[in-house]
Amino acid sequence: MLAGALVLFALVMALLAWAFVKPAAGSRIPVRFWLAGGGLVLPALVLTPLILVAIWSGDRLVLHAGTEVPLRIEITARQWQWDVAYPDAEDGPRASVNLLHIPAGRPVELRITSADVIHSFWVPRLAGKIDAIPGHINTLRLEATVPGIYRGVCAEFCGGGHAGMNFTVEAHDVAAYAAQLARLADSADDGPADTRSAEAAP
Amino acid sequence: MTDSRATNPSPPSPLRLHKQLDAVWGTPPGWGRLKAVNHNIVGRRFIVTAFVFFVIGGVLAMLIRAQLATPRSAFAGPEIYNQLFTMHGTVMMFLFAIPMFEGLAMYLLPKLLGARDMAFPRLSAYGYWCYLFGGAMLIASLFAGVAPDSGWFMYTPLSSRTHTPGINADVWLLGVTFVEISALSAAIEIIVTILKLRAPGMSLDKMPLFAWYLLVTAFMMLFGFPPLILGSILLETERAFGFPFFDPTRGGDPLLWQHLFWLFGHPEVYIIFLPAAGAVSTILPVLARREIIGYTWIVVAVVALAFLSFGLWVHHMFTVGIPHLALAFFSSASTAVAVPTAIQIFAWIGTLMAGRPQLKVPMLYLLGFFSVFVVGGLTGVMLAIVPFNWQVHDTHFVVAHLHYVLVGGFVFPMLAAAYYWLPHFTGRRPRYDLGVPTFWLIFIGFNLTFLVMHWTGLMGMPRRVYTYAPDAGWTWLNLVSSIGGFMMAMGFALFAADMFLQARFGRRGARNPWNAPTLDWATPTPPPSYNFASLPSVADRAPLAATPDLGVKLAAGNGYLGFVRDGRLETLGVDMVSGRINQVIRLPSPTLLPLVSALATGSFFVALLFKLYTLAPIAFVAAIATLLLWTRTTGARADSGPVAIGHGEAALPQSESPAAPARQAMGLALAADATAYLSLVFGLLFLWVVAPNWPPPELFQPGIAVSALAILGSVVAALAGQQAALPGSLASGTRREGWLALAIAGNGLALIAWVLLLAAVPDPARHGYAASVFALLTYTALHAAFGILFAAYGIRRSRSGFVSAARALDIAVLAPWHSFTLALTGVTLLLLHGLPMAMGS
Repeated sequence: MLAGALVLFALVMALLAWAFVKPAAGSRIPVRFWLAGGGLVLPALVLTPLILVAIWSGDRLVLHAGTEVPLRIEITARQWQWDVAYPDAEDGPRASVNLLHIPAGRPVELRITSADVIHSFWVPRLAGKIDAIPGHINTLRLEATVPGIYRGVCAEFCGGGHAGMNFTVEAHDVAAYAAQLARLADSADDGPADTRSAEAAP
Repeated sequence: MTDSRATNPSPPSPLRLHKQLDAVWGTPPGWGRLKAVNHNIVGRRFIVTAFVFFVIGGVLAMLIRAQLATPRSAFAGPEIYNQLFTMHGTVMMFLFAIPMFEGLAMYLLPKLLGARDMAFPRLSAYGYWCYLFGGAMLIASLFAGVAPDSGWFMYTPLSSRTHTPGINADVWLLGVTFVEISALSAAIEIIVTILKLRAPGMSLDKMPLFAWYLLVTAFMMLFGFPPLILGSILLETERAFGFPFFDPTRGGDPLLWQHLFWLFGHPEVYIIFLPAAGAVSTILPVLARREIIGYTWIVVAVVALAFLSFGLWVHHMFTVGIPHLALAFFSSASTAVAVPTAIQIFAWIGTLMAGRPQLKVPMLYLLGFFSVFVVGGLTGVMLAIVPFNWQVHDTHFVVAHLHYVLVGGFVFPMLAAAYYWLPHFTGRRPRYDLGVPTFWLIFIGFNLTFLVMHWTGLMGMPRRVYTYAPDAGWTWLNLVSSIGGFMMAMGFALFAADMFLQARFGRRGARNPWNAPTLDWATPTPPPSYNFASLPSVADRAPLAATPDLGVKLAAGNGYLGFVRDGRLETLGVDMVSGRINQVIRLPSPTLLPLVSALATGSFFVALLFKLYTLAPIAFVAAIATLLLWTRTTGARADSGPVAIGHGEAALPQSESPAAPARQAMGLALAADATAYLSLVFGLLFLWVVAPNWPPPELFQPGIAVSALAILGSVVAALAGQQAALPGSLASGTRREGWLALAIAGNGLALIAWVLLLAAVPDPARHGYAASVFALLTYTALHAAFGILFAAYGIRRSRSGFVSAARALDIAVLAPWHSFTLALTGVTLLLLHGLPMAMGS
């Protein structure tokens, strides 16, 4: 897209420069060339493939249900923290705050909502963002291909603590993931068993 | 008409004619300035005030950039910073961009069209005062430290009472709604002026392109602002009285606000861009010394853009969880906007290529517009691509994009317009060439600020964060942006200085320094209060090219209406399409009434702001009463028949013309009204389908008898209102007043029914359903109440001798109100009866 945009921008600038360098250079060019050519044909040629690719790749990103039963994790945003619940953990539900553990190499389905105002869940390196809206549950499927630590932020303005509402995603390989979950508290209220803020609020 | 001068006017000398005209059109000096209704003065006030707000918004931007220049800055905490960015957006959108173009439109339109003023000068003045007072309210809150801080988009529930308990959000909702009165009144006024107050012979296809752009813009405002106004009223009602329209725990939905907001918010972008594009289409061909190519293409493209812009609002909501298939539709529609935009861009390029462009100062700014706006358009196409949007939505990439679009698409063309039209405002030319260094400061400063901001966003910096960590990797990018921002600010300071110097010390010059073909340059510069001493007739799109000395001829009184009749302010009205003369329009003299009405309106909003709910209804009634007072000086008490307009021709006065501007204005007002009502209906249906915690705990079953009473009353009122306006009834005082009395009775019956129904609605604070039903009933009941008022007003006008078989205006203008109320009655009752059935099954 960047290359295409640069080409189009250069085209417009070149035409403008030409108009000043060689006055009346285009006086014999038919009006229709500009209007139909630049206004209809050019956008049609550029936009049609762009839209098709966009829909195709957007569809791929949505990671359709049915391909594989993914792991479900529930996330509740509130001013100004992220509560994570793991209802499917092997030995009973588990919870963490501002820290999301996922297994690497398999898709995870996050069910995201909010307890107060609208927030937006965003891990730039793993997926696009999805809003956390009170009264609604949005699902986001993401997959970390390799284990590692990924930083996440709240992307929707949510009041005074918005800038500090960060979190961390830790992707583990499958064995380490189960062990990690076992170490978590069984509810977020049980104290800071694994409450690590990704970034202390400034 | 008994006046002999009218039947056979002999043109006096140009100077005498000027003195006679200025005596009736001019505004008194000193305190008399508060009475100003003339478009020259009101238009200039809009422009200057908007520039002052632009400076305030710019200072806020500088404070934002100062805070973000370094990581972990201790300059402003989140409480201050959140007010800064909220107010920056609000001021620039509502207090700068829209009023700036309204002012330019008001000043230029009558001149471009060959008229002496706008169609409703007192409405211009009223709109200005509402804008000034509403804007002052917002700025005052900034100094009091209680400015809105929930973002200029005011998303609920953040802006709801629970999460913003202070007065901050109320200031936004009430202040902006107050200001929007001026936007709606300007929209109606611009449309009517363009469609009716043109020079004779100026058919629609000979109209200057600028007028086409403004016509389309005004229609967009007419349909774009009501959803926002309605949304603001609903949110304020939720904050004040706990009606849960947006509270998901009680059957409301925060997404409803987003839909209503962006239903306005997206067209808003084009409402800002189109007038600026109109200025480009006006200035560019003049400086290219060639007529613009593709006039018809451009008009079609602009109309298409207007329609498309109402189908795109969801592209601001790609991340709220809407299914991907629906997103694909809005994504395609969003990219489709590139087509009409490209048509305009290439029409401008083709015009430049075919002409011999001169690199004068306005052209420099137009080139700035091209380069900046094209970048904004290209990143706009990128943002319309859903997967890309998911990544960069709500990051600084979007901040960069929107500034490229709005500064490129509005500020640069407005700067070009300032340099192009300043000689018209002042009659002076620049003495110092400050326009060039000013351009480079602004242009380089702008690109320094916002070009790097694309990368800041791509590197993951979200919007609206007041600080960031040193290790985030955004430090130097933000510093560059801040340096660029301050450079741009210096550019604008230099611009202000340049404008002042030119207005104060510029060389006096002759008319039409650019050799422009449009009628605006046929007035003397600076223009006299009445624009044209006599009105031109127009035969093609470039009247000044065909007759370069047209201005002198008009000043000598050789056109239409080159005289003063009985101390009246007169201009011509034409047929909408053909431009044939069909009436003489009498305009009002300077008066304090618009100011008084705006003060009463302001008291209403201030009373609501401070929760003085006993004072608010009193202020409301006072505002309506003072608005009705306006009519005391309009209308005629005797039939006149056609009056002379010069050249041996005659036309009916507007009080006797079936095409009077007021009748069209009523139709437009009802269209805006219907849009607000439909937004409310949309809200109810949206909550029913989408909101959590439905169905409601308690359904509302309206009684059959009461519903029948409402229908009966509304039908009677509508029929009686129509009957009163028929020629047969108008001829007889008792007959027309009888029908109007029946209209009062019908509306009264309906009002009783609505009050009974309102009393039976379950507690509206408990559920979004009850709240919406209550709102629908109140909306309809208010229309019945106003129906009573309007019919009573008709009787009063009839008794005072303003109505006859020929002078139908006062009765005819209000007849559609009762029919409209009947339509509301029908839809409201259908919903109230239908929804419980649909939910019950």
